[in-house]
Amino acid sequence: MIFGLPVLSVVIWLPIIFGILVLATGNDRNAQLARVVALIGALLSFAVAIPLYTGFDRTTSVMQFDELRPWITRFNIHYHLGVDGISVLFVLLNSFFTPLVIIASWKVIEKRVAQYMAAFLIMSGLVNGVFASLDAVLFYVFWEAMLIPMFIIIGMWGGPNRVYAAVKFFLYTLMGSLLMLVALLYLYLQSGGSFEILDYHQMAIPMTAQILVFIAFFMAFSVKVPMFPVHTWLPDAHVEAPTGGSVILAAIMLKVGAYGFIRFSMPIAPDASHKLAGVMIALSLIAVVYIGLVALTQTDMKKLVAYSSISHMGFVTLGFFIFNTYGVEGALMQMISHGFISGALFLCIGVLYDRVHSRNIADYGGVANTMPVFAAFFMLFAMANSGLPGTSGFVGEFMVIMGAVKANFWYAFLAASTLVFGAAYTLWMYKRVIFGAVANHHVAELTDITAREKLVFAILALTVLGMGLYPLPFVEIMHVSVSDLLVHLARSKL
Amino acid sequence: MNFFSTLLPAYAEIFLLVMVSAILIVDLFVTDPNKTATYLLVQLALLGCSLITVSTHQSGVEHLFHNMFVDDLMSDVLKLLSYLAVSMMLVYSRSYMLARGLFTGEFMALTLFSLLGMMVMISASNFITLYMGLELLSLSLYAMVALQRDSATATEAAMKYFILGALASGLLLYGMSMLYGATGTLDVNAVSDAIRHGVPNKQLLTFGLVFVVAGLAFKLGAVPFHMWVPDVYHGAPTAMTMLIGTAPKLAAFAFAMRILVEALQPLMVHWSGMLVILAVLSMALGNISAIAQTNLKRMLAYSSIAHMGFMLLGVLSGDIDGYSAAMFYTVVYVLMSLGGFGMIMLLSREGFEADKLDDFKGLNQRSPWLAFIMLLLMFSMAGVPPTVGFYAKFAVLSAAVNTGHIPLVVMAVLFSLIGAFYYLRIVKLMYFDAPESHVPISVPPDSSILISFNGLAVLLLGILPGNLMSVCAVSVQQSLLLH
Repeated sequence: MIFGLPVLSVVIWLPIIFGILVLATGNDRNAQLARVVALIGALLSFAVAIPLYTGFDRTTSVMQFDELRPWITRFNIHYHLGVDGISVLFVLLNSFFTPLVIIASWKVIEKRVAQYMAAFLIMSGLVNGVFASLDAVLFYVFWEAMLIPMFIIIGMWGGPNRVYAAVKFFLYTLMGSLLMLVALLYLYLQSGGSFEILDYHQMAIPMTAQILVFIAFFMAFSVKVPMFPVHTWLPDAHVEAPTGGSVILAAIMLKVGAYGFIRFSMPIAPDASHKLAGVMIALSLIAVVYIGLVALTQTDMKKLVAYSSISHMGFVTLGFFIFNTYGVEGALMQMISHGFISGALFLCIGVLYDRVHSRNIADYGGVANTMPVFAAFFMLFAMANSGLPGTSGFVGEFMVIMGAVKANFWYAFLAASTLVFGAAYTLWMYKRVIFGAVANHHVAELTDITAREKLVFAILALTVLGMGLYPLPFVEIMHVSVSDLLVHLARSKL
Repeated sequence: MNFFSTLLPAYAEIFLLVMVSAILIVDLFVTDPNKTATYLLVQLALLGCSLITVSTHQSGVEHLFHNMFVDDLMSDVLKLLSYLAVSMMLVYSRSYMLARGLFTGEFMALTLFSLLGMMVMISASNFITLYMGLELLSLSLYAMVALQRDSATATEAAMKYFILGALASGLLLYGMSMLYGATGTLDVNAVSDAIRHGVPNKQLLTFGLVFVVAGLAFKLGAVPFHMWVPDVYHGAPTAMTMLIGTAPKLAAFAFAMRILVEALQPLMVHWSGMLVILAVLSMALGNISAIAQTNLKRMLAYSSIAHMGFMLLGVLSGDIDGYSAAMFYTVVYVLMSLGGFGMIMLLSREGFEADKLDDFKGLNQRSPWLAFIMLLLMFSMAGVPPTVGFYAKFAVLSAAVNTGHIPLVVMAVLFSLIGAFYYLRIVKLMYFDAPESHVPISVPPDSSILISFNGLAVLLLGILPGNLMSVCAVSVQQSLLLH
């Protein structure tokens, strides 16, 4: 409870209310006011999320901070919120990132500042809603609603080809979501009129239906993750999105898809999940290996990190579908760590882009000479992205690979190849951009990062290192939920 | 009981008729070119109708004039919504019509006559009443489309509308006559009883049904009877397009309920099969053709075809959930359409119609608030939560899944995905493109307030859709169970 209000509701609605307040500051004459209000809103939203961490009971997998209110009685739809050890981490991750994005966009965005900041705040609230919903329709509403601000962000503040990217992003995700809606309606009918996600977990469903439901969910979630072969929207969206948009896309949006697998697909259709695990693992390994190779050939830094994200998300889906504790916990760790690392990398690229207005690797070289502090931070994040021990990138990948060895040696072998490819594409990019002689007069004129940028990078660097050196607090929160989930998955629902 | 109290359920219709006649006469003496007095009188008449409808409401079903006329909860709700829609349409169109010199007494009188037609349709419980209401509505609309005499497109639209409409009425009448031949009655409930007890000539009955469904499809604008929709929507002055595209859909829904559900329920297997074809074709053609349009009114015309297809999906589910979902869908569609056409009129100026897609370019830079309202309307039409359009689609899909039409549902969602594209394009034009003209947007205060309400209603009903859904469900339930 915060001032007598339930925590989760506050965590969802506070950023949205602040978003509306920011919109009310009007046009760009009040840009500074919009920024300040947005930052206050984001910081407050993070502050109110902290009780979720401190007050969380780590010994149980039942839903905590539960809120249940009737919403649409005609369809027995409830405003039902709650978090378990899995979802609470993502609510925190999301609330953590919103202020960072606002600070990072402080000076960069100069056109329609209020709308930009408001879009991020509103989206932050909606994403929290996605992670906290326990009612399928509520989930769906948040899930779809968050597309609107993201669509606007990419399309209004993005790069030259932004409109194409925004529409592609929207339609791709909408297609998946609509099929999920059909699946939810089917489950509603089968369950005798319930939209409770937890009821669906307990419900017996025949095999054919399970497979169809699984496929419908797969369409929705695989697009968001994104998995091979429906990943093609991501590089476009990332490249065209403004820096803040890329950060939120990589750090949060992709997690929403993976979260869907663990909250819907697997527990609702466990038998289908086992049956189709081979396909899922194959798609994941293709993402890890093939997309890793694709990343190697990129000439655009943002595209490279975008492909690297797809490859890393392949680890997440791989970890889920090998059905053991290491795999699933590793996948969740990977999700969180990837949020920090890819967010940080996009911010790094954003810093360069703001100064030079190019994302081409070929336009850089020798940045270390003019931006030493930046080069040091970038180095850390690049190393983390290639999975260096001691950084958060290592923990998740290592756990997933361990889980994979238990399942099948060759899964682990292929997955581990990313340690080579990941290092190759990240460090090679790093080398070409940062080291060497100063490439051109743009690089020569670069100024090092400002105190504001340093602050953002320092926070992220500490998190990446902290999580890499001492991952226990994260594992501790999710552990009971994950092991209960695995027990649940082992039972047949036929 | 004296004569006047037996007329109680029809007081609203009688009052409106008296008022229209009075307005026609009063208008002759109004010299003010703005016709403010007439306009206020019209709004007053609508307010009076609402008060009467609310105060004469009785629980249960009342029949009148030898079962020609019925008053039940559904008719009351639909009538109230029609008054609201017509009243909103008049507010939106006042300055638009004034700027074009069309804000005349005839325009307002014809509007009210068409409303009277809708009310009669909504309350009809006999084929003859139904037909009379329909003709009163249609004839008023034909005349209104042609009101702009110096416009070639409007005249062409009126001509097309009239000819095709007359053909449809003919088909409908022919169908009704066959049903009469087969069952020996024109009364909605008697027809249903007769069919239940067995009709000697089954073939005649089925033929009659086909014609009736064709006539209905014409009025709804469902494929393959949709040809008039784009031309009329495009050609008519926007105020008329708004009138055609909104309140009459409520009447058409009532028409479908009275004739298909109340009279021909025993033939559900047959008509629901026909509606499947109409629904799928409408969604396909409507959504796909809308992509190719460059004129917003034409795009909204195709979108209306698609929406009607979606609505039919609820009707063809053939149970109370389906009908109430269809009713909810229609109500929501009317609300969104009012906003959409309202926006076109708001952005129009004297001598300039803001009906091209390009006219919406950069609206966010010219007027962020209007752009935001339009964004809500477009996302609602596309069925994206948290707008009410989503729940409309949700209710219909849920009813269709319930009755086992899963392949149809999958098709419907795929077509709405196609539909999302052209609604998104409007958002794209408004937010991502640079404006083509920098003429300041001057919006009259009344319609500006109304469009804000309209847009926010789409959002608020999206956050709390429960009550409206329940109203629709209860009214359909009561009307059907008590018959």
